[in-house]
This record gives sequence, C-alpha cells and structure tokens, in this order.
Amino acid sequence: MSSDAVLREVTLALPMAPEMEIEASKTAGAVAASMRMSPDRIDEVRQAVIEAFINALEHSRAEDREVFLTFEILGEKDPEKLRITVRDHGVGFTPTEVREPRIEDKISGTNRRGWGLKIIRGLMDEVEIRSGVGGTIVVMSKLR
Amino acid sequence: MTESLNVTVDRRDGVAVIYTEGYINNQGGEEIARVAYKLLDEGYKLLLLNLAGTKIVNSIGISILIEIIEKMIEIEGKLGFCCLTPTIDKTFHIMGLAQYAPIFENEGLAVAGLRG
Repeated sequence: MSSDAVLREVTLALPMAPEMEIEASKTAGAVAASMRMSPDRIDEVRQAVIEAFINALEHSRAEDREVFLTFEILGEKDPEKLRITVRDHGVGFTPTEVREPRIEDKISGTNRRGWGLKIIRGLMDEVEIRSGVGGTIVVMSKLR
Repeated sequence: MTESLNVTVDRRDGVAVIYTEGYINNQGGEEIARVAYKLLDEGYKLLLLNLAGTKIVNSIGISILIEIIEKMIEIEGKLGFCCLTPTIDKTFHIMGLAQYAPIFENEGLAVAGLRG
C-alpha cells in the first residue's frame, strides 16, 4: 500500500500554445525518472500528460490561456507513486456526459476525435476528474 | 523548439513502407495522410507505417491515422503498423486500432503479413 506523503513536488504553468504539451511531458518524464520509474512506465506517464494538456488546450476555453501542472512524488520513505494534477481555469464540463469513444463509431463517423480521457485512463493507474464553473482538474497517478 | 515529423517512403513490390521520424501530432498526421493518399493515387493498396522513429504521438495525430484506415477500408486496401514503442502499441490497443489495422513487431513480418 502506498503512502500519500509528498516527498517532492514540482509545479509548472505553461501557456496554451502549440507543442507546450511536449514541455509538460518532458517535465513529467524527468520527475518520473528521478523516482526510478521504468522507461516504459515513464513513456506512459508522458503520453497521459500530453493527452491531459491537449484536452485543456482544446476544450477548456480558459481566458487566461494557461495550464497548471503539479507533479508530486509520494511515498512513506522512498518514492512509491507519482501523482500529476493538470488544472485549467476554463468553463468545465460534466465528465459523466462524455461518451466513451468506440473505434467502430470513429471509423464510420465524421468525428474521429475524443480519445484523450480513454487513453489517460488506460495508461495511468488512477484517474480522477473534477470539473465545474472554475475549471477542470485532472488528477492521475501511477505507481513506481 | 518545433517537434517536426520527417516522412520517407520505400516502394517495394506492391507494398509502400512509410517511415516516420518525430512527433505525430496534427501536422505530423496530416503529413502522413498526404503521403499515404499520394501512394493510393499511384496505385498502392498495401501501406505499412513503420513508426520506429516515432517516440511520441498524440490523439489528434492518431485520429488522422484513423481517417487513413477508413480510406484503406473503402478501397479494399490494407494499412499496417510496425515497430511501435510499447507505449504507442498500448495506446493503439486502448483505442482499438488493431481491429482495423494490424500491428506487427517488425518490418519483415509486417510486409509478409500485408501481402498475406
């Protein structure tokens, strides 16, 4: 069982601009590497961060045009878990109203997008989404 | 700081192998689509996307790959993928892409598999 004590924390505020998701994913990769996560798991974390950032960029309609990220290494004594929070100050959405994308529908349909949350949930161990008038917060974790 | 995508093509006996080098985002996806549709115009119905040089993708780029898959189904051709990183492979499986476009471990198996 992992402890939720924060051993180390890195915060980042990035403008909503093209390819800033790469910067976010690089930081995620560096933090994950610092806790000796395996290379494959680091790549999964980086991919999930890219998707979370792009969701904020594309859907938040945040007036400040910024994405705020917090990377926390959790554990009792040694690093056990990486928790990443991706936050925007946008208009929010109702997560339960987001339809799960299915490849069958996407292949024959006109809207082939909408995969971000599904990918994040598939790559991370825990994902929680809180969204409302003040914006959206995606909290995702991965064990080391 | 731009993470550009380079695309090269190797045409061989009915199979066109498309090699990517770099990030597959919306621009990268569009470039792959441009190359793929040109190959279809040349008469190729078997396309292989070798992603050995791509370490990062995003879902916008992948959605453009879905468009190519749809086009291949329409013309009764085949698009396959090979040489994926474990994370890209996992992402494609999460999305269910493998149901419509086979994923191969290496290029040799892929070319043979597409030729069927």
